[in-house]
Amino acid sequence: MSSPAETDRVVTYVDALLEGMAQEMRLDDDVFVFGLDVDDHKGIQGSTLGLVDEFGADRVFTTPLSEDAMTGVAIGAAIAGMRPVHVHIRMDFLMLCMNQLVNMASKSHYMYDGQVTVPMVVRAMIGKSWGQGAQHSQGLHSLLMHIPGLKVVAPSNAYDAKGCLTTAIRDNNPVIFVEHRLLYYTDAYVPEESYTVPFGRARTVREGGDITIVGVSNMLVECLRAQELLSEEGISAEVIDPVSLVPLDIETITASAARTGRLLVVDNAWTNCGASAEIVAGVMERTDRPIMARRMGYAPTTCPTTPVLEDEFYPNPVTIAEKAHAMVRPHAADWRPDPERAKLAYQAQFRGPF
Amino acid sequence: MNGPSSIDVTVRLYRSLRLIRRVEEVVAEIYPSDKIKSPVHLSIGQEAVAVGVCDTLRADDVVSGTYRSHAAYIAKGGDLKAMFAELYGKATGCAGGKAGSMHLIDMGHNILGSSAVVGTTVPIALGYAYAIRRRGEDRVVVAYFGDGATEEGVFHESLNFAALKQLPVLFVCENNQFAIHQPLEKRWATDRLCERVETYGISAKKFADSNVESIRTHTQGAIAEMRAGGGPAFMECVTYRWREHVGPGEDYDAGYRDRTEYEAWSDKDEVARLGAALGENRRADIDAEIEQQIAEAVEFAESSPFPAIEELHTHVFAG
Repeated sequence: MSSPAETDRVVTYVDALLEGMAQEMRLDDDVFVFGLDVDDHKGIQGSTLGLVDEFGADRVFTTPLSEDAMTGVAIGAAIAGMRPVHVHIRMDFLMLCMNQLVNMASKSHYMYDGQVTVPMVVRAMIGKSWGQGAQHSQGLHSLLMHIPGLKVVAPSNAYDAKGCLTTAIRDNNPVIFVEHRLLYYTDAYVPEESYTVPFGRARTVREGGDITIVGVSNMLVECLRAQELLSEEGISAEVIDPVSLVPLDIETITASAARTGRLLVVDNAWTNCGASAEIVAGVMERTDRPIMARRMGYAPTTCPTTPVLEDEFYPNPVTIAEKAHAMVRPHAADWRPDPERAKLAYQAQFRGPF
Repeated sequence: MNGPSSIDVTVRLYRSLRLIRRVEEVVAEIYPSDKIKSPVHLSIGQEAVAVGVCDTLRADDVVSGTYRSHAAYIAKGGDLKAMFAELYGKATGCAGGKAGSMHLIDMGHNILGSSAVVGTTVPIALGYAYAIRRRGEDRVVVAYFGDGATEEGVFHESLNFAALKQLPVLFVCENNQFAIHQPLEKRWATDRLCERVETYGISAKKFADSNVESIRTHTQGAIAEMRAGGGPAFMECVTYRWREHVGPGEDYDAGYRDRTEYEAWSDKDEVARLGAALGENRRADIDAEIEQQIAEAVEFAESSPFPAIEELHTHVFAG
């Protein structure tokens, strides 16, 4: 594994995905990528752009709008020893794949007693903002986390995007690869050579002593913005990126929460039966220390399109900071970040790897 | 069809038909003892569809099946001892005792794992066929499914994709005319299944009586075209399930179908017809071998151990 510090090469998330994909395809002829629009002039916002020119239409191809059957095709090809990457331009469309993912992809290795493996990657993009609305914005990773046999990863930056994609393609299990569209044009230091990011190892992105904040996918970025607002108030937040949700590095999160005594989990999803619920429960089961725990996520509603309601639907740096502040200083008066500082925080960009 | 080659074929077909029939009858006999630890969907009556197709396949060809797959598993050469042990839930079963009758698998004989969710294995067969084509091999994949599966959206998605990519897949519909207890008339707007399939540009042929030799002859031609680079083909084989949907018994008194239907099908029973064609002595020799083979498989299952408790947690993830 390459060390993040070894490069000064800055690459966007989307280009990191493309580079990782192309490198794996060069290394292994059994790797192929398919899904609606992977070979068109936009190439999934650039993340598959040009692959068809280098690798040909047998290895890079669009599909009929048949998500159910196409997932089965991925499973069958994987059982035959290939390594398919199935791309969905929105995670919402995974609902059309659920039978194959839940009943076959996850279970085949177990149900057939190890006679087959299913090394496949399902790339799924979460949308947000500018009217993405009810069916283009859902973070549904927790549905898949529930099923034994599926791995679920949600890289928050370009470095992890490339490294996790490489790891996912080489993994001998089905991997749900959660991408957030607002991360696509964020950049990070990314080595040119191929490297892997291990699953099941959380990153402590900022060290702090007052509270542990866990952010999933692009909520990690919002948590970092909140952390800056909190630091101006003298509150030291430790910010953790789980990177992979299955397997989940609950030990790192537990150790941090046991030390700070406070745990705030911010998911890019609903909280009910969600990844945030799993993380909080996992921490509580592993320690007898008293820990104050809270969760944040989508409002318990369908995502609306109009901006005034959509803004209210998502956690943001201000609401995250307010929640953390109230946890750290429960007896203090209600605190709101200075609006000017909050505006700056919203614009803050963070360059991974963290 | 005369001459030594044709009698060899008849012997082979009969042996396979009879083996499936007797395996299923023995399963039904054992079932009330509760030694079998899995629901069973018996293939009695439907043997010819499995045997007629599989007889034409090479060892390296692939089949995928349904929860009613004992016949296809046996016809493709699946390990009989491992099958009985699987039904018994034993460690020596084809899936280590973890999957039961509905999920038979034998990758050593290129039998993809079968599934309990109707239609689910059809696109998986396509994916395997895609890999075959990508690697420039001349193997083929046979996808077995029932009439109910043709109502699933994924079936039509699969037909379209197989035709689009010209994949070497032989779709074989075992049309036993019932989805659990529901007849075709309550499920199909028309019975023109082959016409529906042909609109995807796939050649389709219907076999009204599941004559094993007709199925075999047609399959030979279809597969030869696929090996030469051709695309998918489709067969609808009308057949009849003699026993209840799930379990060892008959259910003609349940009211959803009439015993006269069974009598019409049993009158043209392919096991009996081919057996009669072989003559008494030859048939008796084959039958004796089959009884011996089944007895050994049952004994193997009975004497095998159950899996160790630790097996609960193995193979959740692949290393």
